[in-house]
Formats: sequence, C-alpha cells, structure tokens
Amino acid sequence: MQQSLPQDQAAKLSRRSLLAGSLCLLVLPLSGDPAEATPESMAEAMAQALGRDPSIKAGRVKVELPELAENGNSVPLKISVESPMSAADHVKMIYVFSEQNPVANVVRFHLGPRSGAARVRTTIRLAATQRITVVAQMSDGSLWSGGANVVVTQAACFDGT
Amino acid sequence: MPATRIVVPAKANKGDVIEIKTLINHVMETGFRHDNFGKPIPRDIITRFTCTYAGEEVFRMDLFTGVAANPFVAFTTIATETGDLVFEWTDQHNAVTRAQAHIIVT
Repeated sequence: MQQSLPQDQAAKLSRRSLLAGSLCLLVLPLSGDPAEATPESMAEAMAQALGRDPSIKAGRVKVELPELAENGNSVPLKISVESPMSAADHVKMIYVFSEQNPVANVVRFHLGPRSGAARVRTTIRLAATQRITVVAQMSDGSLWSGGANVVVTQAACFDGT
Repeated sequence: MPATRIVVPAKANKGDVIEIKTLINHVMETGFRHDNFGKPIPRDIITRFTCTYAGEEVFRMDLFTGVAANPFVAFTTIATETGDLVFEWTDQHNAVTRAQAHIIVT
C-alpha cells in the first residue's frame, strides 16, 4: 500500500517518474512535424502583416467556428466585427491567423464603407486542434482581435496522408 | 475555366445591405502533400478574389493554402445602383476566372 511505503522509497519513485517525465518533454517537441507552424511563426506572420509589437485590443471581433470539426479539410468560419461601417469609421482589413497550420496566414478580407456590414463567411483548413485568431484593422488604424477554439478529430491532409 | 457559382439577389432596394455568396471549383493544392510515389505535389492555389460593383471594387480577399478546396465566401455590400457585379478569381499563375451578375436596384 502506498501509505506504508518508507519515505526513501517514495522519494525514489518520484525521482524516477520525474526523470521519465523530463525525458518525455525532451522527446515530444522533436517528434513533431517541422512543417507545422507554431505560435511563434504565427507571431512572425502577425508581425509581418501588422508591424512589430502592434497594440491589439481584445474585443469587437466575433469568430464562429464549430466547437468540434470532424474533418479539418473544410471548416466553416464566420466572422463579424462591431463597426458602424461608415465612411469615417469602418473595418479595412480582417486577418485570420492559425497557430498550427503549416502556413500561419489563412485568409484576409479587404472591406470598406461600401460593405455595409463587417460580416464574412468562408471555409478553411485546419491541421490540428487549435485556436484561430482574427484581427480586424479599423479605418483609424486601431487593431481589434477575437478568436475561437476548435477541436479537430481528423486533420486536413496537408502532409500527404 | 473552373466552374463558378454565384448567389446575388436579383432585386434590392437602394441602400439595402445585400449578401453575396460565391464559390469556385478549385483544388487549392497546398504544396505540402505527396503523391503515391512520394513526389511532392506542387502548390496550386487561388491567391486573390475581387468583387467590383458598377466598376468599383467593393470586396477583396487574399487566399492562402489554409482556405479549403472549392473556395467559398459570403460577404456583404450596399445596393447602390442597378448594374453589374463582376467577380474575379486570380490564381498563383495570374490566370483569371471571371463571372458576373446583374442586380436591379429600385
């Protein structure tokens, strides 16, 4: 029984599990597909699109994705941004970023006052369970972001499987 | 020419916000896949989609490999005048597929 173990034996067990755990940590990142984008490459793509250290505020952007996507090959994505869409105050760009796809840029939309509303829908590919980040650039240059988490059971066939 | 499908309301009242839906038949090959012999399949995607309304651009979309095959998009525009909506899909080789629709605005 666990409680009746002498102290040093219990300590040995925890040392062993600690060692195994640290080995797993070492091995896991190496076994990943190098082609897959990481949050760092998403940050890089965001920096390229929006400039270094952009001040992005959370809010105004609503992202709708299914909570669970059975097939990552075609996942419906719905984006709406709170904006009057007037000549003086409108959404100029909507950027969609992925943290797990091989390419962090997914899609971009150019809108303007003639859009009437900031609402778009499309279908995207998802390589893995992840969070999709959407950034909206307003006519005054401010950036707003929103996101949605999606669980993918069968990944998009990015890698020929 | 890839097949396209467009949904635009035939009539609208001036000032209405109308929704437009478009789809084009295209593989959107990512370039990350391999064929049965292990040879990489080259990337082949549509990179740009635009919609002009009576000659003026009202919507544009930049596509990357993360857009699903047969790219679908739904977007909005304000019905301003009777005229043609022209849709253009440009692929990575600059080949353009064009389609158009007419709308009567009262």
